[in-house]
Amino acid sequence: MSMINYASREINCKIVYYGPGLGGKTTNLEYIYNKVAPSTRGKLISLATETERTLFFDFLPVDLGTIRGFKTRFHLYTVPGQVYYNASRKLILKGVDGVVFVADSQIERLDANIESMHNLYENLAEYGYDLRQIPFVIQYNKRDLPNVSSVEELERHLNPDRVPAYEGVATKGLGVFDTLKAVAKLVIKSLG
Amino acid sequence: MKPSGAPSWSFGPSDSERIEEILNNLLYESNALCALLVDRTGQLVTTVGEQPDFDSAAFASLTAADFSANDQLAALIGEEDFSSLFHQGRSESMYLADVGKRLILVVLFNQQTTLGLVRIKIKDAVEGLNRAFEEVFGRAEGVESPALERGFVDEAEDEIDRLFRE
Repeated sequence: MSMINYASREINCKIVYYGPGLGGKTTNLEYIYNKVAPSTRGKLISLATETERTLFFDFLPVDLGTIRGFKTRFHLYTVPGQVYYNASRKLILKGVDGVVFVADSQIERLDANIESMHNLYENLAEYGYDLRQIPFVIQYNKRDLPNVSSVEELERHLNPDRVPAYEGVATKGLGVFDTLKAVAKLVIKSLG
Repeated sequence: MKPSGAPSWSFGPSDSERIEEILNNLLYESNALCALLVDRTGQLVTTVGEQPDFDSAAFASLTAADFSANDQLAALIGEEDFSSLFHQGRSESMYLADVGKRLILVVLFNQQTTLGLVRIKIKDAVEGLNRAFEEVFGRAEGVESPALERGFVDEAEDEIDRLFRE
């Protein structure tokens, strides 16, 4: 639900990073926070536990500047990945304009990825949204680890609709901006 | 309901004037410092009164989260919702009220006024805002909002490439 304010000439778009626990969603946001020009981003807000697990969400506003007279901004959110935080996850999806699914490529996390993807479909459906009609991209993260599934296998399980997918190593920033650019452009296209 | 992407909504200068008039009246009558309207997805719609010196994007996002979390708490104890919330600070406090399940009105105030007065005046303002936004949302569902200028998408894509690079 992008909000276009014709009075103050502002457009705000909400992008949510989704995926299983410890998959690298927060790391994506931290990398973006550290790499974009400080004048274009707000504060990174993290509602996390003492052990730095996301409790409610992380939030980072990024300013695209004024485009054709409209101040255009992306609000990036992560959700808590741990299974028992579903109530929080669902709340963050409210009014989402674009979704990034951060999958953990490690073989032993395949089931957790699949479960999280099902959960994403279910939570969106409860708001009456259909993921196939929302800008959506996937990031296969942690590609630098030795015990990873092949991209083909991950695609087979997680990407039946063949949405844009990127390999990533979020701790080193690999694939982070490719993923963000892809979803941001899809969101912008959906406005135009 | 047919599943789809999330709908957009928009409002123009005349909506904005009407809403700001309601909020200015509220501040005048309640002697509060500042009123902010935030939508339920965490986006700031407007601010009236003393311009806050905090990060208003973060404030809006946390306000929506605060309200949503409290909705869930209400459901757990068998209430439909909590239509208002009050956070008391040492010098400044805030009162949050639901507006038509789509927006949240936040009023910041200090010891120049009282919680009772703020609460009464917010009630009137919420009624006015509900009427104003019924029209905004009614229109959003019925009519196409004005199109963005041609070239917006191309220009935005160029900016995305420029901003998000290593």
